[in-house]
This record gives sequence, structure tokens and C-alpha cells, in this order.
Amino acid sequence: MARRSLSRATPYAALLPMAVVAALGYLGAGLWTFYISLTGSRTFPSGHFIGFAQYHRLFDNERWMLSLHNLAAYGVLFVLASLVIGFLLAVFIDQNVKGEGVFRTIFLYPYAMSFVATGLVWQWLLTPGDGVDGALRALGFTHVRFDWIVSQDHAIYTVVAATVWQASGLVMALMLAGLRGIDPEIWKAARLDGIPAWRVYAQIVLPMLWPTIATVLLLLATAVAKLYDAVVAMTQGGPGIASEVPAKFIMDHLFLRSNVGLASAGAIVLLVPVLALLAPYAYARSRKEAA
Amino acid sequence: MYGTRRWLLCASLCVSAASAAYAGPTAEVIHWWTSGGESAAVKQVAQAYRDAGGTWVDTAIAGGDQSRAVTINRIIGGNPPAAAQFNTSKQFLDIIEEDMLGTVDDVARRDHWDQVLPAPIVDVIKVRGHWYAVPMNLHMLTWIWYSKAAFAKAGIAREPASMDELFADLDKLKAAGLIPLAHGGQAWQENLLFSMVLANFGGRDLYLKVVRDRDQAAIRSDAFRKVLVAFKRLQGYVDPASPGRNWNDATALVIAGKAGMQIMGDWAKGEFIAAGQAPGRQFGCLPGLSADTPYLIQGDVFVFPKTDDAGTLRAQKLLVDVVDKPAVQRAFNKLKGSIPVRLDADDSGFDACARQGMAILRDPRRPVGVPEIYLSPDQNGALQDVLTAFWNTDMPVERAQNSIASALRY
Repeated sequence: MARRSLSRATPYAALLPMAVVAALGYLGAGLWTFYISLTGSRTFPSGHFIGFAQYHRLFDNERWMLSLHNLAAYGVLFVLASLVIGFLLAVFIDQNVKGEGVFRTIFLYPYAMSFVATGLVWQWLLTPGDGVDGALRALGFTHVRFDWIVSQDHAIYTVVAATVWQASGLVMALMLAGLRGIDPEIWKAARLDGIPAWRVYAQIVLPMLWPTIATVLLLLATAVAKLYDAVVAMTQGGPGIASEVPAKFIMDHLFLRSNVGLASAGAIVLLVPVLALLAPYAYARSRKEAA
Repeated sequence: MYGTRRWLLCASLCVSAASAAYAGPTAEVIHWWTSGGESAAVKQVAQAYRDAGGTWVDTAIAGGDQSRAVTINRIIGGNPPAAAQFNTSKQFLDIIEEDMLGTVDDVARRDHWDQVLPAPIVDVIKVRGHWYAVPMNLHMLTWIWYSKAAFAKAGIAREPASMDELFADLDKLKAAGLIPLAHGGQAWQENLLFSMVLANFGGRDLYLKVVRDRDQAAIRSDAFRKVLVAFKRLQGYVDPASPGRNWNDATALVIAGKAGMQIMGDWAKGEFIAAGQAPGRQFGCLPGLSADTPYLIQGDVFVFPKTDDAGTLRAQKLLVDVVDKPAVQRAFNKLKGSIPVRLDADDSGFDACARQGMAILRDPRRPVGVPEIYLSPDQNGALQDVLTAFWNTDMPVERAQNSIASALRY
């Protein structure tokens, strides 16, 4: 009897440390951040309660508004491009190409490296006069100017390009695992019916890959919200404030600008879209489990 | 036998611990003086501390932001260093308000800091009647450095004495095929350029009303609008490759005679001298456009986190004595490129530009602080965000004015 209850308790005991860490580390820190965002904390956390004044100030701040705008534009482009390119790469490798392992490694390699290092390489590549711009001119295209990284309107797109390069390998790996999980019988049946391969991918395989795509979307969405290192390594938010993002705003105010209250308000605002993305996913999963 | 040996071991350990405690005070000092000249300068201070019988434990952390973050985290964590570097600014005001910094009132009173330090510096380190930091040096941030060769090529006979003359000279430099204004397109450098225009063109009253009093009416005034227009007009005189450039690369353009002038702090002088140029011969230094323009100063200080530990307290006391000595400050500043903070400092042995600066400092109407002295770090940051956006985009001047007003409202 005692033994049975013990064996029942064991899994819970094993889960307990993780549950405590999650409760204190994530929920606790989240609640603490929300509390601090309602105070006038500067360098040090303080209990001086000022209501929603930090939020008011946040949305009166031009750089924060531009950061949100950049994040939205970046998010849409980055997620779509990574998804499409990653899927195409996976399909390409799925054709039983020779040297599959080599290609897989090449495509996945960017993800294995720190962006602080590769971001710097991207910055060199994109610097006008050197890199791509210099190479184009050396090849004789003297009228071509490729100066996106110092351009007000285009700097954020260079960040999109560099991060898509980094993330699409991971998307490929996940998609490839999904593709390999598809029953070969489906392919045989489609071939018997004479359906062209692209239609099989588009209309049969892709819908079957939905769980994989949902996972990929979730990973990419969190990558969007925490975008920081790429911007710091490539543009430092510049030129001017053209490529600023919310995470950089939060970090700057936490440390350099000694305003923990405003930084916390920013962090809470940034949590809202993440929750908005997570909620439908969690809901779908709970319904599936219930069914 | 066994017991005896144990006793001996204990005795030797206890003796060594005791001798460490009485070996003279040990001070751990956090600072960010890591570049060549800076590190040579701080070694002078460390040596002076050793000569006075102390042990200097050097914790140099590259980058001011990083260094200050470490100091603050260690103070919060209850393991503060004996001393730490900050800029002469409001960076350490919050630590004072939390009652976590020790005072240096004894030395300040003994040496009459009220009289021998420039007023903008006193305002920052003296809070509610107590002194909380020892100033080490002064930098003047908005010198105009110009190449004599470039001026000669453009046919400029004398130094500009007003904003109009400055623009006329920039036009001449442009016509001569040179880069009129060498500029590094980074936010802090744009901030510095703006401070120069506000001080030289807007004048002392407007400058203080905007950056010290954060006076909304002054920010929305026509005079301030004109300052913003003049600031933006300078952007027409920089080369297209300027975004992201480091300040010393911009200085290199002036040294090579490819660019006419640069507006930068007195640390730029080190670059000219390292390139074998001499002030008044190959390059000129101009502290302001007229004889009464505000002289924008800032510097570095040491603060001494509060502690109950007797050993650390002795180390701090000795360190305060050492760094406040005029001889130590002279040795430090000569290598650092800055000037001594005391108005009664001896100016012999300093170069022409530094001597000019030290003379200006003694005129009580001229020294004012840089914006960072009056603004909190986040206000200063918000101002910088607006200025760099205004400089880099086609933002209308009215909108920049409104954004500055809301940046300084909080």
C-alpha cells in the first residue's frame, strides 16, 4: 500500500524542482516585473507606487513607438521568409540528393554560431564601399549603390535578411523531420494517380505537416520578440534610431539609462503579443488533448 | 605530538592572517580607463597609492556602461569595491539617495572645495550639504579642432567668431573640395554637436533653461527652434560615409587635411599629438566662437561605497587623500589629456590648448556642465534619441521640438 502511493508520488517529486523553478523564475519574475513597472524605480527597485505613469511615458516615447513598428514589420517578414525558405530547403533535401549530410550541415550551421560574431560579418558585408557594394563595383556595376545598412528606410531589412539566413536552417531541420514522418504510402498512391509532386506537397503534405509548422511558428515568434543581438551587432539601432527594437529599448533602460521602472513597463508590453500568440496555441492543444 | 603540530599550524595561519590585516590598507578600485593613455594615467594614481603605503587592487572594466553596471550590481549585492569611477553626472545620484555612498566631507572642507572647484562640478558631487565624490579631471567637450592646411587651402584667414562665420567657412571648405565637417555619425557625437550649437548659438541662458531647468516654454521658443535649424544645417557639411564612424576616424580626416574641422572633446588632441602634430602649428583648437561662450565641462570622479569594515574604511580614507593631491592629479591629467579639476592648479607643463582651457575655467561665467550633468541618464538618453533621429532623417523641425519637449518632460 505504502509502496504504491510512493511510486505514485515519484513522478510528482521528480517534477517538483522544475515546477518550483517555473513558478518562481518565470511567473514570480513576471509578477515582480509588473509590480516594478507600476513604481517610480530608477537605478534601484523602489516601492514608490505611481500607477500607470510609466506606461503613459512609454507610449509618449518616439523611439518606443518606432521600435514596436519595426518589430511588427520585422516579425511578419522574418517569419514568412524563414518559413518559406526553410520549407523549400527541406523539400530540396527530401529529393534524396547526393551528399544530403553535407547540405544539411551547411544549412544548419548558421544557427549553431553566435549571432554576435556572424552579425559582425554581416555588418562588414553590407558596409557601403566594402563587401557586397565594393564587390559589385569591382565587377563593373559602377552605378549600383548597395547601402541599405546605412539607409533610414532599409536598415531593418538588412536585419531581416541576416536573421532569416540564421533561422531558416533550423526551420529546414524541423520541416525535414516532419517530411520524413509522412507515410511513404501516400507518395505511392499519389504517383499511381499521376498527381504532380508540387501538388502533393502543397495540398497533401503541407496540411499534414501542420503540427510541425505550429512548432516552427512558435519558435520563430519568440525569436521575433527577443530580437536584440542581431541589431546590436549589425546597426546598434541606427542610423539614427531607424532600426531600434523593443528588447534593445528595455536593455538600454535597465542598465545604461538607469530606469528600471520604464524598462519593466516595456517588458510587460512586450509580453502582450507573446501571450496573444501563445494563447491560441495553448487553447488548440488543450482542445486536442480533451478530444 | 599531534596536538602540538596542530597548534603550530593554527598559530602560523593566525599570524599570517593577522599580518595581512596590518599590512596597510587594500583598496579595490573599479574603473574603465583601459585605452593606452588612460591606463598609463591611472597607473600613476595606483603608484601614488602604493607609495603612500596602500595596496591597489585594479579592476579595470572596458566600457563605461559595463563598468558602472558592475559597480551598481556589486553595491546592491553587498560586495562593493573600495572605490569606483563614475562620470561627473547624475549617474550616482540614485546610489546617494539610497544612502549607499560614503562621504568625503573631511577632505572637502580641509581643501576648501567650495572655492577651488568649478560650480557645475560642485553641484553634482555635493548633495544636501555632503560631499560624495572626489573629482579627478575635467574634459571640455565641444572644442573646434581644425586643420591649418585645410583652412589655408580654402582661403580662411582667421578663426570663425560667430555661427554665421562658421557656416561661411564651412562653405569655403566645401568649395575647396574638402569635407567641411568631419563627423562620426553615432548618437553621442550628434548629441555633442548639438550641445555645441546650443551653447555657442543659443547662448548660456537658453542652454541652461533647456538642459538644466527643462523649461518647456524655452524648448518651444523660437530661439530654440533656430538652434535646431542651425544644428540640422551642419548635416549638409558632413560626408556621406559618416554614419557609424568612430570619433577618432573623423579626427584622422582632419589630421590628414582631408576635412576642415571637427567638434569633439579634448581627448581628440591626443590623436593629433600622436600623429606628430603640434597645436598652433598644424592644427588649431578653438574653445568657442566668442569670448563669452559657455565652456562645456564634464569629468570623472571616484565614489566610495559605504562600508562598516574597518580595513576598507582606512583604505578609502587613504585613497581620498592620495587622489586629492595636486601632484597626483597633474600626473594623471597630463597622460589622460584632460585638465586638473582644481581652479588653483599650476598650468605649467600643459600644452597651449590645455592652458587656454584652464584660463577659461577660472572665469566663473563660462564653465557650465554638459547636458548629462543636469539630466538623469534616461532624460539624457531620450534627448539623444530625438537628436539622432532629427539629424539622420527629414523630420520636420517642429516635430523635433515637440519630441524634445516630451523627452524632457518626465
